[in-house]
Amino acid sequence: MNTSAIVLISLVWISVTWLTVYFFVKVLTKPKKPEPDSFTNNDDID
Amino acid sequence: MSKQTINKPEAWGSRIGLVLAMAGNAVGFGNFLRFPVQAVQNGGGAFIIPYLVSLIILGLPLLLIEWSTGRFGGKLGHHSTPFIMGSMNRKMIWKYVGVFGVFSNLAIASYYCYMESWTMSYVYHSIMGTFDGMSQHQVAGFFDGYLEIGYSTTGIPFEAIIFFVFCIALNTWILSKGLSGGIEKVAIYGVPLLIVFGIFLAVKGITMKSGSMGAVFDGVEGLNFLWTPKYDSLLNPKVWMAAAGQIFFTLSVGMGTIQCYASYLKEKEDIALNSMSAGFTNEFVEIVLGSSVIIPISVGYLGIEKVIELTGLGGLGLAFRTMPFLFEQWGVILSALAGVAFFGLLFIAGITSSLAMGTPVMGFLQDEFKWKRKPSALAFGVIVLILGLPTVFFFKNGVFDEYDYWAGTISLVVFAMLEAILFAWFFGMNRGWEEITRGADLKLPRFFKFLLKFVTPVVLIAIFIGSLVTPANDDWSKVSFKGWELSNTSILGQLSHKGIGPNKNYFANTFYSENEGVVDSIFILHHKTHVTVAPDSGQAGPEKTYVMSKKKTLLVKAGDKVVIGQPLYSGNIVNNIFLIDMARLLLASLFLTISLMVFIAHRKQKLQKQ
Repeated sequence: MNTSAIVLISLVWISVTWLTVYFFVKVLTKPKKPEPDSFTNNDDID
Repeated sequence: MSKQTINKPEAWGSRIGLVLAMAGNAVGFGNFLRFPVQAVQNGGGAFIIPYLVSLIILGLPLLLIEWSTGRFGGKLGHHSTPFIMGSMNRKMIWKYVGVFGVFSNLAIASYYCYMESWTMSYVYHSIMGTFDGMSQHQVAGFFDGYLEIGYSTTGIPFEAIIFFVFCIALNTWILSKGLSGGIEKVAIYGVPLLIVFGIFLAVKGITMKSGSMGAVFDGVEGLNFLWTPKYDSLLNPKVWMAAAGQIFFTLSVGMGTIQCYASYLKEKEDIALNSMSAGFTNEFVEIVLGSSVIIPISVGYLGIEKVIELTGLGGLGLAFRTMPFLFEQWGVILSALAGVAFFGLLFIAGITSSLAMGTPVMGFLQDEFKWKRKPSALAFGVIVLILGLPTVFFFKNGVFDEYDYWAGTISLVVFAMLEAILFAWFFGMNRGWEEITRGADLKLPRFFKFLLKFVTPVVLIAIFIGSLVTPANDDWSKVSFKGWELSNTSILGQLSHKGIGPNKNYFANTFYSENEGVVDSIFILHHKTHVTVAPDSGQAGPEKTYVMSKKKTLLVKAGDKVVIGQPLYSGNIVNNIFLIDMARLLLASLFLTISLMVFIAHRKQKLQKQ
C-alpha cells in the first residue's frame, strides 16, 4: 500500500473504531435511570 | 421477583437493545454495497473527507433531530411522523409533511424486502452448493435468470416470488411480536452476528495473497485502490453531493423510523449518547467493514480495471452476479461458509432495516385508528406485498428503479429538509436544544446548536435544489445563468422522462433501438430472444441487451449496424414508459391515501376534543 493510503486508512479506521467502542462502553456502563424508566427489563412486580 | 411483560404498552426491553435496534435500522445493504462503490467512483480515499464533513454537518444533527422529536411526540402518545410533527407545530401542513414518514417506509419496504429475499435465496444456494463449478458468466446468468419470474434456477416454481412472500411473512411475524419481543431480539442477536460475519470476510479479503486460491493480486491491493486519495476530486461538487447522499442513506435519516423507535422512550431518557452510539456503530460497519469486503476480494481476483467496470453497474451487480464466483475459488467448504457469511450479513442488514420500516406504519394504525398490534403488522405485510409485486414482475422494466428513486431517494431528501426547518425554525431552536440535552449522558458541544439552526437546513435545501436541477454528467461547471442541460437523474429530468429514448409511446407495434452500434449477438435464454447491440469499434456508448418474447418479429440480424431509433422488432409492444408511469401513479395514490387517513384521524381527534 502506498503511504498516503496507509496514513488515511489508519487515521480514519482508528478514529471511527475508537469512537464506536467509546460510545458503546459508555452505554453499557452508565447507571440505570430511576424508575419509571423506558425499559421493561428493569421493571419489577412487587 | 418476576418481570412484568403483559398488559403494558409497547416498550423497549433494554437500553442496549434499543441502541442495537437503531444501529440495525441504519446498517443496510448500502454499508457493504453502496459505500465502497461510491468511494471508488468519487476520488477513492479522498471521498472520506466530504463524507466525514457531511457526517458532522448533516448526519449527526439529523440523528439528534429525529431522536429528540421522536421522544417528544411519544410523550404525547404519537409514534408516527404525521402526528409527531403535528405535535411540534399546530399548522396542519406539518401533519401532511409527516406523511412522508409513513409513505416512504411502505414504498421502500416493498422493494427492499425483494432484495432481502435475494439474500435469503443466496444463503440457501450457498449451502446447497448451487454455484459450485459455475463459470463467472454462469453465476451472472444465474442472477439474471432468478429475476425472470417464470424461470426456475432450482426446480422451485416461481422461486423469486416464493422467497419474496416468505421474507414478507417473516417480517410480519417478527413485527407482530412487538418491540421487545420481536425487533429487539432480532437486533440483539443479529447485529453482533453481522459484525462477526463482516470481520471474517474482511480478514479473509485483506489477507488474500496473489497465487493462493486462484487470486491474481493481493487483497490489500483492493484496499490500496480504495483508500488512495485523489485530492483533486475534492474540487468537484459531484463528489460532495455523492458524500452527502451516502451519509443520508447510511444513517436511515429522513424516513421516520428513528422518530418511531425513539418515541418509545420516556421524557428524561438519554438521547445524546444513545444516538451517537447507534450512529457510530453504523459508521464502523460502513467505513471499516464495508470497505474491506467486496473491493479487496474482487480486486484480488479480477484486477482493478475490471472492478472499475463492474462498479459502474452498481454494488448490487457486484454482489449477486460476481461474489459467488469469487467465493468458489476458496474451495467447497470455505466458499459455502463465505457465501453464508456474505449473504447472511446482507440478510441481517436488510431485515433489521425492513423491520424498522414496519414500526411507523404500525404505530400510525395503532395510535390513530386504534388497531391492535397483530392486525397492524398484517396490514403492513399485505400492503408491502401488493406494492412489491410490480417491482418483482417488472424489475427489468424500470419499476424497481422508479420506487427507489421517488420513495428511496427524493422522498428522504424532501422530508429531512422539511423536518430540519420545522425543528430549527418553527419548533424553535431553544426548545429543540432543551429536548436534545434533557437527560443526556453525554455533553454535546454547543456548536451543534449552530449547525442545527443554520448549517443543516441550508445544506439540505442545497441538496434538494441540486437534486432538482442536476446538470448532465454531474458536470457542475456547466451550470450558468443561461441554463444548462439537465441530467436524466435530476428530478426535473425524471419528471419530463428525459433519457427515455425513442420508445416514447405507451403501446406500439415497433420497438426501436435505444443505443447505437452493431448487433453483436442474438440468442435464446429462458425462452426469450435476447438481442445485444454493442458499440462498434471506436464508438463510445453503452452496450444494451433487448429481451423480446418469441411472438415478436425480429427486424435485424447479427452483424447489422444499428442507429438510435432504428426498428429492432415488431409486434404488440408495451413500452417501459407505461410501466414507469403506472409505478408513479401507484406511489402517488399511496401518498394521497395516507394523507386522507391523516385528515380523517385529525378530524376524529378534533371532534373528540369538542
